[in-house]
Amino acid sequence: MSGNGNEILIEVKNLQKHFGSGSIHALDGVSTGIRRGEVVVVIGPSGSGKSTFLRCLNLLERPSGGSVVFAGTDITNPKVNIDLHRQKMGMVFQHFNLFPHMTILENMTLAPIKLLKKDKAGTEAKALALLDRVGLKDRAQAYPSQLSGGQKQRIAIVRALCMEPEVMLFDEPTSALDPEMVGEVLEVMKALAHEGMTMVVVTHEMGFAREVGSRVIFMDGGVIVEENTPEELFAHPKSERLQSFLAKVL
Amino acid sequence: MTGLQMWWLDAQDVLYRCFIEDNRWRYLAKGLGNTLLITFFALLLGVVLGVVVAIIRTSYDKNRSDMQPGIGRWLLGLGNALCQVYLTVIRGTPVVVQLLLGVFVILVALGNDVTIACIVFGINSGAYVAEIIRSGIMSIDNGQFEAGRSLGFNYIRTMWYIIIPQAFKNVLPALANEFIVLLKETSVVGYAGVIDLTKGGEIIRGRTFEAFVPLLAVAAVYLVMVMFFTWLVGKLERRLRSSER
Repeated sequence: MSGNGNEILIEVKNLQKHFGSGSIHALDGVSTGIRRGEVVVVIGPSGSGKSTFLRCLNLLERPSGGSVVFAGTDITNPKVNIDLHRQKMGMVFQHFNLFPHMTILENMTLAPIKLLKKDKAGTEAKALALLDRVGLKDRAQAYPSQLSGGQKQRIAIVRALCMEPEVMLFDEPTSALDPEMVGEVLEVMKALAHEGMTMVVVTHEMGFAREVGSRVIFMDGGVIVEENTPEELFAHPKSERLQSFLAKVL
Repeated sequence: MTGLQMWWLDAQDVLYRCFIEDNRWRYLAKGLGNTLLITFFALLLGVVLGVVVAIIRTSYDKNRSDMQPGIGRWLLGLGNALCQVYLTVIRGTPVVVQLLLGVFVILVALGNDVTIACIVFGINSGAYVAEIIRSGIMSIDNGQFEAGRSLGFNYIRTMWYIIIPQAFKNVLPALANEFIVLLKETSVVGYAGVIDLTKGGEIIRGRTFEAFVPLLAVAAVYLVMVMFFTWLVGKLERRLRSSER
């Protein structure tokens, strides 16, 4: 594995998620560990449970069973204050979910100022520096509705980064974008990966998985069918399910 | 004298008797003051009550299935039940009956009829405002909520910083409508002996035996107030919408 640390940041044990009073098993016993600095890419057909898996990592979806241990704390324990842990887990959504009633700068500085009690001037300076890095410094005073999809998603990424998270979760970040805007978002994610950010990425971008991923997880039917380095997984898929999936998407 | 001159002299006489003689315009002025006072405080109380009730109701609907059994869930369930009773009773009974109950039975200890009217209309309006705000909260995409929570905001702060401002903007026309209804609905406080604008007009009618002019004046004042307010809300709406282009 090519992660530049050995410490396991998120440990997932036998994760279960049932919907519809237990009749549908979106997750049916998922166990894995995410090491610091690793870029884990989760692929699989729709309905395979990959988004549910990701959303269980920061408890946007409360698991029906199993546990998620983040930085040594079992966050599935109801007594744990999940809000404090979510501050260290950035999340990027398929539909961006920028706050439409705030400017870009306000979108980015709201959480650091209100939650981390950072001073306004310093936070804004940092936000502007981040905006500069993704090439959107001149849009700081714009509103989300004035931006393109690709710009919105880049803002959503730096909004999460403003909280200085220890891990970034991406839930199909390019699926709602026009094809010509996918590249600009993937570039930002690549740069982030090269800086050593721990990332869990649910995506259909096989090119990204192959190029940036340190490990690829293939899910189907609510379980991990296969996981391996991208080279191995794409070149020598072992299971029949993965072989037929790759045949369709590549 | 021509017919027109006759009419003009007549009109002058009526206007004089209705408004100038014995300073009768003061009934309207004092009544208008009370109407505005009751509307203002009722609006204030109604919005506060409405927001609180709407948040309790939506929180219950949203979190019921996810919450662990315990004191928190029990309290939320109790709060929701109380809100349901409040909405049912207030929306299910006429405001005049509520007013008379307030003045002669429930709030009789307060003594001051204007204060009682403020409270009664506030409680009444709160029930309608609650449902308006609730529809606003439910109109906001759940992704907004998830984005707030994923940054680490708790439920209440996500509501406060992210959901309520957007919901408020969406329901502003409906809220303005509720305010207009409230302003005109206060015209029934005369039933409880409070001299508001309508009652003021009625007193002049009783003193002068002129019905047309005093009531027309009352209607005109209501109309001007509503038109002014509509203009004000239009301005506010345009300002809030500025973030959408």
